[in-house]
Amino acid sequence: MTLNWPDISFQDRMASSEFRVHERAHIVVNSDSCNGCTTRACVVACPANLFVPTADGGIVFNYEQCFECGTCYMVCNEEGAISWSYPEGGHGIVFHNT
Amino acid sequence: MPDFDVIVVGAGPAGSCAALTIARTGKSVVLIERGPFPGSKNMYGGVVYPRILDALIPEWWNEMPVQRWVTRRSTMLLTDTQSLSIDFRSDAWGDAPYNGATAFRPDFDNWLANKAVEAGATLVCSTTVTGLITGANGEVIGVHTDRPDGDLTASVVIACDGVNSFLAKERGMYPHTDAAHFTLGVKETITLSKDIIDERFAVRGNHGVDIEILGGTSGVNGGGFIYTNLNSISVGVVLKLPKLAAQSKRPEEIIAGLKSHSAIAPLVEGGTVSEYSAHLIPEAGLKMMPKLLDDGLLIAGDAAAMCLAAGIWLEGVNFAMASGMYAAQAACEAIEKENTSAKGLSLYKKLLEDTFVLRDHRKLRRAPQLVLSDRVQHMYPALITGVVQGMFQVNNPVPKPGLRKILKNERRRLGIRTTDLAKDAITGFRSFG
Repeated sequence: MTLNWPDISFQDRMASSEFRVHERAHIVVNSDSCNGCTTRACVVACPANLFVPTADGGIVFNYEQCFECGTCYMVCNEEGAISWSYPEGGHGIVFHNT
Repeated sequence: MPDFDVIVVGAGPAGSCAALTIARTGKSVVLIERGPFPGSKNMYGGVVYPRILDALIPEWWNEMPVQRWVTRRSTMLLTDTQSLSIDFRSDAWGDAPYNGATAFRPDFDNWLANKAVEAGATLVCSTTVTGLITGANGEVIGVHTDRPDGDLTASVVIACDGVNSFLAKERGMYPHTDAAHFTLGVKETITLSKDIIDERFAVRGNHGVDIEILGGTSGVNGGGFIYTNLNSISVGVVLKLPKLAAQSKRPEEIIAGLKSHSAIAPLVEGGTVSEYSAHLIPEAGLKMMPKLLDDGLLIAGDAAAMCLAAGIWLEGVNFAMASGMYAAQAACEAIEKENTSAKGLSLYKKLLEDTFVLRDHRKLRRAPQLVLSDRVQHMYPALITGVVQGMFQVNNPVPKPGLRKILKNERRRLGIRTTDLAKDAITGFRSFG
């Protein structure tokens, strides 16, 4: 199957949503757990593509453009590898037309 | 004396209906929302069925922020190269009291929260509740917030804090959070002119279309949807978490796959993505429901997994509104009787059991698992479209085969056992019959 019109870049896709970023990260990742992880479920499942594998077998993550959905910690099979809470009040994702 | 009679956490449909119901009795109620405005954290598939609002806001349809009234419902089966639609239209759904409407949740939730404010509720936005405060006997007596000196106390706390409900989890009321009970919903809002939408979807004025799709999700169990808004369409997929996690296509690639299907592309092409959004959905119904009440605490809406994901019925906002309203009634009764223990709050359970909230969930308790099963997801769409193609395809000089022969051939081609087919038919009949 091929698209018959150009799909938007991931960056443009994420730019269509408003994020009011707080300086404190609301996602904390335990890199020790990630280094031994072979499934890497968060990498494929996070709709905002916040989890990026590194060459040395670790995972770097961003929290700024988070939809606050909870998918990452739900699919993670390592207890406690992803600690996740809501951002400070008034911050984070702000939906408008959805 | 507590600060308020009732604290409601979360100004979604459950929380706002709870706060509205409480405020109308003259009791003090604070509605705490972590977003900058009610609805700012919320997205959904796309259709609200608001009849439960008859009890709270007479003639709600004159003021509710609606995109379009759904007068056309399509259920679509997709394989890679085929599609089959059951398309229904009712003019009656285009007149009051209507049936369902597409609406943007930031608009709808904000409107509903303001009804609570008009009735006397105190709305506090941009404030995240970070935990429960308990009293000497372990009963819930308030909440901690992320505001300085932000602790608040109340006789009853109603947790309408959404699908991730950290309050229900903190209290141990949500003991098993199995990823298999959740789907991820991702959605593009695509701006298109009203004329183009009217023409493509064959509707006029403020009438709209709801298309539910089985198949087209790149082999990940779930489904797709298209809804018409006034000047945009919503296109998205819901994806069962463990299945999504166990393959290599990302959610936006799965949407792109759906959009490129020959049956979908002509409906959605062109336009610009004006918003991309994502949310978890509690899909397992009764099977995943947490304990609904405790001393000083009630759980409602998505936090209580009150989302009906039963294939042909996909509802949630109405269950949220009803459960919020019933939780509020139970809280008010308990406060009047000066007994806000779990026992004193038990009217909540009774109201849920006596109405559609738990009756629909009970009747359809087997449906979510059936709808998301591998056979329903991957085999039956191919079986059904294969049979239809076998009937409609003219293979001259070969004479037409009978329906029974086509069915048998297709069943064998796909390796579907008659015993499984019969078993699923029985489950389906027990749920939907």
